[in-house]
Amino acid sequence: MFEPSIAPDTDDKRGDGVAKQGVGASVPRKEDDRFLRGRGEYVGDIRLPGMRDVAFVRSPLAHARIKDIRIPPHLRSSVFIASDIAADTRPIRAVSGLPGFKPSDQPILAFEKVRQVGELIAMCVADTRAEAEDIAAAVEVDFEELPAVHDMLLARRPDSALVHEEWGDNVFLETFVDINMEAAYDAPIKITREISTARQSMAPMEGRGTVAVWHKRMDQLVLYTGNQQPHIVRNGLSECLNIEQLKIRIVSPDVGGGFGYKGIVLTEDVCLGWLAMRCGYPVRWIEDRREHLTAGANCREHHYNITVYADRDGKLRGVECEASVDSGAYSSYPFSACLEAAQIASILPGPYDFPSYRCRTWSVSTNKCPILPYRGVARTGVCYAIELMMDAIAHECGLEPYEVRLKNLVRPEQMSFDNITKKHFDSGNYPESLRQALAKIDLAGLRARQKKGEPDGRLIGVGLSVYCEQGAHGTSVYAGWGIPMVPGHEQATARMTPDGGLELRIGAHSHGQSMETTLPQVAHEILGIDIARIKLVHGDTEYTPYSTGSWGSRCAVMSGGAVATASRELAKLIKGIGAHLLQTDVENVKLENGAVVGPSNSVKIDEIAHTWYRRPQDLPATVDPRGLEVTIGYKPARDSGTFSYATHIAVVAIDPELGDIELIDYVVVEDGGQLINPMVVDGQIYGGLAQGIGTAMYEEMNFDTSGQPLASTFADYLLPGPTEVPAPKLGHMETLAPYTEFGVKGIGEGGAIAPPGAIGNAVNDALRPLGAQVLHTPMTPRRVLEAIQAAAESRKEKAPELAEGLPA
Amino acid sequence: MKPVNFDYARPDAVDAVIRLIADDSRTVKMMAGSQSLGPMLNLRLVQPDLIVDLTGIEELRCFSDGVDEISIGACVTHADIEDLRVTDVTRGALPTVANGIAYRAVRNRGTIGGSLTHADPSADWHSILAAVGAKVVLRGPAGERTVAVEDYMVGALEADLRPGEVLVRVVVPRLSKSARWGYYKSCRKTGEFAHAIGAFMTDPDRGISRAVIGATESRPVVIAKASNVIGDGRAPRLNDSFDGGAVDEILEKAGMVDPLDKQTHVAALRRAIEQARSQ
Repeated sequence: MFEPSIAPDTDDKRGDGVAKQGVGASVPRKEDDRFLRGRGEYVGDIRLPGMRDVAFVRSPLAHARIKDIRIPPHLRSSVFIASDIAADTRPIRAVSGLPGFKPSDQPILAFEKVRQVGELIAMCVADTRAEAEDIAAAVEVDFEELPAVHDMLLARRPDSALVHEEWGDNVFLETFVDINMEAAYDAPIKITREISTARQSMAPMEGRGTVAVWHKRMDQLVLYTGNQQPHIVRNGLSECLNIEQLKIRIVSPDVGGGFGYKGIVLTEDVCLGWLAMRCGYPVRWIEDRREHLTAGANCREHHYNITVYADRDGKLRGVECEASVDSGAYSSYPFSACLEAAQIASILPGPYDFPSYRCRTWSVSTNKCPILPYRGVARTGVCYAIELMMDAIAHECGLEPYEVRLKNLVRPEQMSFDNITKKHFDSGNYPESLRQALAKIDLAGLRARQKKGEPDGRLIGVGLSVYCEQGAHGTSVYAGWGIPMVPGHEQATARMTPDGGLELRIGAHSHGQSMETTLPQVAHEILGIDIARIKLVHGDTEYTPYSTGSWGSRCAVMSGGAVATASRELAKLIKGIGAHLLQTDVENVKLENGAVVGPSNSVKIDEIAHTWYRRPQDLPATVDPRGLEVTIGYKPARDSGTFSYATHIAVVAIDPELGDIELIDYVVVEDGGQLINPMVVDGQIYGGLAQGIGTAMYEEMNFDTSGQPLASTFADYLLPGPTEVPAPKLGHMETLAPYTEFGVKGIGEGGAIAPPGAIGNAVNDALRPLGAQVLHTPMTPRRVLEAIQAAAESRKEKAPELAEGLPA
Repeated sequence: MKPVNFDYARPDAVDAVIRLIADDSRTVKMMAGSQSLGPMLNLRLVQPDLIVDLTGIEELRCFSDGVDEISIGACVTHADIEDLRVTDVTRGALPTVANGIAYRAVRNRGTIGGSLTHADPSADWHSILAAVGAKVVLRGPAGERTVAVEDYMVGALEADLRPGEVLVRVVVPRLSKSARWGYYKSCRKTGEFAHAIGAFMTDPDRGISRAVIGATESRPVVIAKASNVIGDGRAPRLNDSFDGGAVDEILEKAGMVDPLDKQTHVAALRRAIEQARSQ
């Protein structure tokens, strides 16, 4: 039997035994009792009587006109195309309020034209998925193929084909920022690089899936979808199905990883909703892996032309950058096509303090699936770009890379600090995280080992990266983006049951964040109720307060803050009734260890709950009529976001003959402010690290010139597995955030941000004796060998006689 | 991602299989461990009318140990070999290689005959079985014929399996006590398809030296008289005789032109030889 309250490794920080479950305790996860026994309930586990399956006819071409759709007459009633749903649905339209943005209409089912492989053309319904696929295979579509826009750099040329003809070009949005750039032009050091990150697929273990049914008694469409943002999906569905929100209920059961993909309103959701409102039976679509890889969850593809200016002592004078993001065919709901590129402009300066900056960005439309925000969003690419440049400066100045970081990182005495793009770094000691990380490796020893050479001929390299991550940013930040979603006060409900249990209700949803454990810990900290008796209700629009959901590393801060606020309000109500039962004034009582304690006696919360619900005759007429239930909102004292940060160090060994990269050591020292549950934070970092290693070394969704995705199974799309992810040396700092409950900072995405930068710098450090460098992720064996080959050829061209004496 | 509707038969004798696959009025696929065919069915890359499941046939699931060789039934799993449920006559070569095939879940079901017939150039069995000089036995309506493993793969995903034939067993010669072998594969991650394989076996007492370069675009490159890359097989360090240039030329003749591809394949063979083992 699972008993979270007797965990042996928890901190008893107050010395009274109670804090073992409170903020700061590494309590085992309550949800693991079902997850580790295989008893989770995901969308794919839902069985409703009479449920039928949907399969889609998807475009096999990236860019084409639809000339004709032919459905065998005997199947006509099982197939739905654009003209069938046109009167009742609206396309998905996710605008951005940034000036110059060109909106796109993503058709629910394509008509006239398809703009990406995998775009929906027809919905087919049958008793089983296999039969629905049979029907889909019988539908014939005639296309007139158009030239595909397959490369974001070529897409900006005037002769490019157009994804959206009415635009006149292929740019969703261009942004430009210039802060005193020309003042840096006299710097003695100027280094330019072309850096890029591959397109990826998010690849959570569970893909998307939807079960939809019309509930007659509730007069309501009930749509089950594994989702991070159920309330946002309701907004989007209401707009696309043109029905009022009272008639939509979104249920998100257990979610097997989200990472951003499960925040998006999909055309599939709209199709299933439309069908369920009309067909009289439940319908289901479960995304398969081919659909996921080729038609769904694309992310990450960035390209940078970046120049840094620095003084000889390594002081950064300025950064100048042209950045492009391949945003794909459509602007997706709710984050829009421009979040990523526009974010590059605002966060490229990283954790550094320098005076001159210029950045131009393009969100480019191509015939690929829409780009979606993936764990870390633009930060992973940005960190890779700026950290490679910091190492380039170090090399140019003859300094250790860490010395250049220490010269340029925002210093603790500058905190809180408004950086060059007006980001408000709330707190922290960035140089200290770097020093603590360095203390976990033997840098001098590694340098000596590099000089000596390895007995097996491999090349050792060490690299680091530092980032800061804005999390839980609120109204003031998102109002400026002008996208369909702006977070306001985050609300929580705290409600006692008659037997003394506590229900917490929040509108965000866990897709792995462990909130069923950590939010009860927050309530326990204030109310002292055993976390075994605190239940988190989430993932259902019917039962929870509105929320923009789980994204932007915000749940610990926002949902945690809301639960703390609601718990404090509830504490007042509990104390009010408790004081009455103790026959004393409320000023004379305190709440301790799950009981209201007065001057001479005490009463347990259970008894207080029993009295309110079951024995109202014992209460005075003046009792607070709110009873033992509170819904209240929370915003941090300042909503510009928390800034967690970390230093990552990678040590690699490269096989110069095969190009293999082995991670032989990995260090993370991070500062997430007050950690609610350090074990959970460790888990977040491990998981993020695995994904960061995926970006750095394995994951790549390539397209050919006709816009065909080249990976449709995990045989072609490589993810790191347990043997590819080393156990990192982990260190925590806990600088309290000044504006949040308990000083908590958002930490959820950080693990995925820094690895490509650290590993990239380590790889280039290892390859430096060969004059080679890799500036593109993933750093595959092939790319390593090509870099070595290119360096050897360039040596031969430059000085054929010298090249002879160098290692091959 | 669900298969088309198909019929399914699980006969208990090879004769019955031969009768079922002789029906050329419909598309028939034989299924052993289904570790490659299963995904292909789900992706509808294969759309058969009938699946003939071979795993109910006792003859294909056992092995027989002879004086000079061992016959391994086509449906013996990689795990059977890894766990030594099949007698090892290769001085550790087959069990060691089996242990590195994909993941344990795949090894529990995947079969030696299925892997050879699927004819993926990256498959381990093609390279190591060619190195030890194994043969496959194919049975059809006209009886049995025997083919060297390296000749069984005609090209990528194409085996020399004539209409009406089924692979029934793999015959592996017993190596002498003087034999040494090595195997090196380059994969991007554990269990992933190999990008380069090097394998060799030298058995001085029997006067045999074979080297194999696998995970090419097509069938493995077999150097049947490998004394130029291994020497006579009796030197303590076999790699002293390794001639990378000669191997490079052989690969070039076999159609491999990309210099980095050649570099990795030559390196894989050299490393296999450096790791020469004898048990």
